[in-house]
Amino acid sequence: MNGALPFIIAAALLALALGFLASRGKDMNLEQWTVGGRGFGAIFVFVLLAGEIYTTFTFLGGSGYAYGKGAPAYYILAYGTLAYVLSYFMLPPIWRYAKENRLFSQSDFFVHKYDSPALGVLVAVVDIVALIPYLVLQFKGLGIIVDVAGYGSISPTVAIWIGAAIVATYVMVSGVHGSAWTAVAKDGLILGIVIFLGLYLPFHYYGGLGPMFAAIEHAKPGFTVLKPHGESLWWFSSTVLLTALGFYMWPHSFGSIYTARSATVIRKNAIVLPLYQLILLFVFFVGFAATLQVPGLTGTKIDLALFTLSVKTFDPWFVGVIGATGVLTALVPGSMILMTAATLIANNLYRAANPAADDRQVSRLAKLLVPVVALVAVFFTLKGGQTIVALLLMGYSFVTQLFPSLVLSLAKRNFATREGAAAGIIAGVATVAAVSLSGVNFHSLSWLPAPVQDLNIGIVALAVNFIVLVVVSLATRRAAAPAGAAAE
Amino acid sequence: MRSIRWLAVVPFLALLVGPFFVNRATPVLGLPLLLAWIVIWILLTSLIMAVIYVADPANREGEP
Repeated sequence: MNGALPFIIAAALLALALGFLASRGKDMNLEQWTVGGRGFGAIFVFVLLAGEIYTTFTFLGGSGYAYGKGAPAYYILAYGTLAYVLSYFMLPPIWRYAKENRLFSQSDFFVHKYDSPALGVLVAVVDIVALIPYLVLQFKGLGIIVDVAGYGSISPTVAIWIGAAIVATYVMVSGVHGSAWTAVAKDGLILGIVIFLGLYLPFHYYGGLGPMFAAIEHAKPGFTVLKPHGESLWWFSSTVLLTALGFYMWPHSFGSIYTARSATVIRKNAIVLPLYQLILLFVFFVGFAATLQVPGLTGTKIDLALFTLSVKTFDPWFVGVIGATGVLTALVPGSMILMTAATLIANNLYRAANPAADDRQVSRLAKLLVPVVALVAVFFTLKGGQTIVALLLMGYSFVTQLFPSLVLSLAKRNFATREGAAAGIIAGVATVAAVSLSGVNFHSLSWLPAPVQDLNIGIVALAVNFIVLVVVSLATRRAAAPAGAAAE
Repeated sequence: MRSIRWLAVVPFLALLVGPFFVNRATPVLGLPLLLAWIVIWILLTSLIMAVIYVADPANREGEP
């Protein structure tokens, strides 16, 4: 048993313990389990929302992307900020409507707003499809952490299975309460570790941030700015826009909105949360530091940059501490994602098929589904093949398709009809699926102007989505009007 | 006054359009200009949101 492993195991056990402790003495009915009885104040909502940002994606994906791609990683800084600006306006109406109508999930929201259970089912399906890559990247991260920090003593496959089992067990017992407590512990630790690494590594290897960037610019000119083609300015803007709009479309992020105590709390958070994005800088510094220190990692291996550099720089015991932090970053969001997926299937798919099902049956089913969903995710994780960032962007391309019909439904008079909403969502998702499955890349369509080739596929799909939504809504609106007039 | 909310468009312009004009590596506070631009705008966005919050009548009434 080497020096790093005990810390990793301790982290996992601590997370489990916190989960069990937080749930003791609380009666876990469906509402408690998913939205914590709606009593959370500003600080807890902040921690929960912020906790979701700091996932394996930030820790490993962010540093890996900076290491492997350079400037394109900056999109990660920009999109959260814009999402929070949007949240100031978009979230309070959602919260209010959910409270008035006692809603549990994002899917419920669509069912109510559009008076369409079928739309709710569609939304739930899109959510579940989008959540899988998101969960996969958490498990992938766990595999990397345990693999590298364990100095190869645990195989990545076994690590993934262990991680999935812990997350699943943890979720089945505690729900949102558990997540909030562990999130507080996790955020404290990751903040400390990331700030330390982000400053120590550049200073240790280069003598400072300025010298580091100068050295990189010298060795790899243009690495720290956006390229003319591929991940270019157009890619950047379209990706930032896609992910800013999609930020709250994730069902678990949507679910977190419901836990706020008031609309004012939500608006207050919009001021402070952008600042939290700055923590991402430190993770980029690590990635950049690694570029010249541990070169040679390519393709999906770029996600190993932070750990490879840590192994080169620090003693095993400290690598273990970093590994423990990493484990927590995967467990907390992983648990929230898993819980959300299970609840979606139980509450929005099963209950749609069996309306007679009561809360107790549904919550029991949700708990039973947790290991099932985990298994599906493990299967895809073991198949491999994508970087952490690529996986998340794939999820975003799907989930952002919910944005047009959601935002239109917040207006006093909803322009979109339920048919328009459904058609738009299906069109958007189909576009993404067609492009992803066929492997067609806009870059292979050389007749397209270069800027368009660089656009993020999700944004293109969103445009298709919106156009279809408008066309179908106009058509169905006209069809409904004569019928209404005749009835009068 | 509610129209203060339009200030919120500024961060969008700064972060989606701005980069087209500052895509350079020139060091600013040790960081490449493009990165420094984004960082500065994150700080400014927070400030803008604070201004909007304080000026927004919705936050003053005892609105739940």
